[in-house]
Amino acid sequence: MENTFIPVGMEVVYKKPQTLTDTPMHYCPGCGHGVIHKILMEVIDEMGIQSETIGVAPVGCSVFAYDYMNVDMQEAAHGRASAVATGVKRVRPDKFVYSYQGDGDLAAIGTGETIHTVNRGENILMLFVNNGIYGMTGGQMAPTSLLGMKTSTSPFGREASTMGYPLKITELVAQLPGAYYVTRQSVHTTANVRKLKKAIEASFRYQKEKKGTCFIEVVSNCPSGWKMTPIEANEWLEKNMFPYYPLGDLKAPK
Amino acid sequence: MIRGTIVVAQDICKACELCIAACPQDCLELSPNLNIKGYHYVQLKNDTCTGCVNCAIVCPDSAITVYRQAKKPKAA
Ligand SMILES: Cc1ncc(C[n+]2csc(CCOP(=O)(O)OP(=O)(O)O)c2C)c(N)n1
Ligand code: SF4
Ligand code: SF4
Ligand code: SF4
Ligand SMILES: [Mg+2]
Repeated sequence: MENTFIPVGMEVVYKKPQTLTDTPMHYCPGCGHGVIHKILMEVIDEMGIQSETIGVAPVGCSVFAYDYMNVDMQEAAHGRASAVATGVKRVRPDKFVYSYQGDGDLAAIGTGETIHTVNRGENILMLFVNNGIYGMTGGQMAPTSLLGMKTSTSPFGREASTMGYPLKITELVAQLPGAYYVTRQSVHTTANVRKLKKAIEASFRYQKEKKGTCFIEVVSNCPSGWKMTPIEANEWLEKNMFPYYPLGDLKAPK
Repeated sequence: MIRGTIVVAQDICKACELCIAACPQDCLELSPNLNIKGYHYVQLKNDTCTGCVNCAIVCPDSAITVYRQAKKPKAA
């Protein structure tokens, strides 16, 4: 429910964006998906583009994103969100279009769609939530799982000789000429959330200017899959994910 | 003088404690009471809140509204 309470002599300085629905989220306590949804909707609120935006939801924990994001939404089959977003954008080039995808979605089953969408320079925003695991299905190893990381399908830790190396798909797509803006952000602190907000704003601006694909990776957590408390998960993320997936712009327009 | 305050949507809060970790004033704690989902929801424990909004920004469930002392209108 929208909180309309205002204490005497006080003014509201922060409240939930109105483009985020009042539906309680199904995410586990402390999950980064909730923060990322909120900040994306906050940008849409502030830019006043709610009625001009179309989102594409993935398969993964964020499969119900359309219940929370009060913009026109389309669900896509696992891995295909960027292909569906391509179709949406081509039919409605006047709209702001984004895909919202996990690492299992974007960097495993959907690797082909991801690379070709960016290679075509589709004029969309791809928001990529990398929590290094398949959260939804019970914490299986993802292409992005770190070496040594214990998951339900790598119970003794990921080991390169049989399971390969963690895939830096963001570095890969940054090489493609169709990519206009590629950046890696996080949401584990207030300052980082604010940086992500700036990156999303910039991406929608570039989309309006028809610049090509904007690709934002958010290095996020999965407290349940990682078997940690949310606070432990965010500490683990800083210590282990950031050295391999360093934050910052990989390709920024001058 | 109280500079800021917050209101937590008690039935939405999942007691992840990320807001507690993010609060520079150390003014949040888990309530001994449970909400409808069985979580010890977050509450203010003192009146040192400055209305800095850190807690609300990191809250994954958007459960926090933040208020600040209204600025006095300037005398004309
Ligand atoms: C075609 C198909 N293959 C496999 C699945 C099973 N499946 C559902 S979600 C998922 C992985 C999700 O992981 P990720 O994209 O990282 O999202 P997260 O839950 O971590 O946010 C898989 C393999 C499916 N639903 N459809
Ligand atoms: S399983 Fe992981 S990614 Fe999915 S909601 Fe829970 S914490 Fe978030
Ligand atoms: S607004 Fe700032 S000071 Fe007040 S509870 Fe939240 S984080 Fe703490
Ligand atoms: S961050 Fe939000 S959900 Fe988590 S404990 Fe604080 S108020 Fe509750
Ligand atoms: Mg994942």
